[in-house]
Amino acid sequence: MKEKETISDEKTGYRPYLAVWAALLALTGITVYVAGIDLGRYGIIVNILIASVKASLVVYIFMHLKHESRMLKAMLFFVLSTLTVTIVLTFMDVLYRY
Amino acid sequence: MERAAAADINAANHRDYAGAKLGMWIFLFTELLFFGGLFLLYAVYRSKYLAEFQNAATELNITIGAINTLILITSSLTMALSLSALKSGKKGHSLLFQALTIIFASAFLVVKYFEWTAKFSHGIWPGSPELTSQGEIIFYSLYFVMTGLHGLHVIIGIVAFAIILAMTNKNIINEGDYIKLENGGLYWHLVDIIWIYLFPLIYLIQ
Repeated sequence: MKEKETISDEKTGYRPYLAVWAALLALTGITVYVAGIDLGRYGIIVNILIASVKASLVVYIFMHLKHESRMLKAMLFFVLSTLTVTIVLTFMDVLYRY
Repeated sequence: MERAAAADINAANHRDYAGAKLGMWIFLFTELLFFGGLFLLYAVYRSKYLAEFQNAATELNITIGAINTLILITSSLTMALSLSALKSGKKGHSLLFQALTIIFASAFLVVKYFEWTAKFSHGIWPGSPELTSQGEIIFYSLYFVMTGLHGLHVIIGIVAFAIILAMTNKNIINEGDYIKLENGGLYWHLVDIIWIYLFPLIYLIQ
């Protein structure tokens, strides 16, 4: 019996990739525009959010996370959580110590 | 039954796609935490030297940064398309898209070269006497370290894709065995993601 490969062996056309590419270009334009208007301290937050949307599109479609196993998704979630906790804890220290 | 399974594993043509890809992802996780540490350093110093960071960033050219962003995003597209093409049995398309990826990656480095040269000619490099305030010194140290390490990843990518291109051409990488191309693509998309964050954090904070 041949087991189904866990690898994403589905054949996708070019279309979804071109759509993501167009979205990434549009979001790059938006991020430059947002930086031009003065949002004060929220400007950087908006731009990090836009970057995260772009990164999610790349991971989900270009890197095929959409078709990956639950285990891989869980691993990625664990890594991103570790990074987030590190950043939050560091800022707790930096903001309240000085 | 068990012996048959063992024989299958020892067969010369045995391939472990899931394992190969998982290995690549684990490597990418270490890369994420590696750059994550630098982003953390950036974030802490930015909160400490906010005005000086914003002031130092005005020396950077947003247009050049945006052009490089477009180049890198497009190279990520051609990389994804090359895998999609190979899976559908279109070897010619795949080779073309791989070649385009290498060209875009090289273009990114050429732009970077001119950008760095311009910085040097304005007296901006790590340890330059023209950088006076503490915040400015730290900003440009992080600028050169982060874009430099990112650039190093781009160079490694170009070398890897040249090898992958040759292997695809010789049918070592083919419609039924494309894990090397897929892993190369995963690496390249991560390099793209790092830049997606570097661009707003370094160029767009003026």
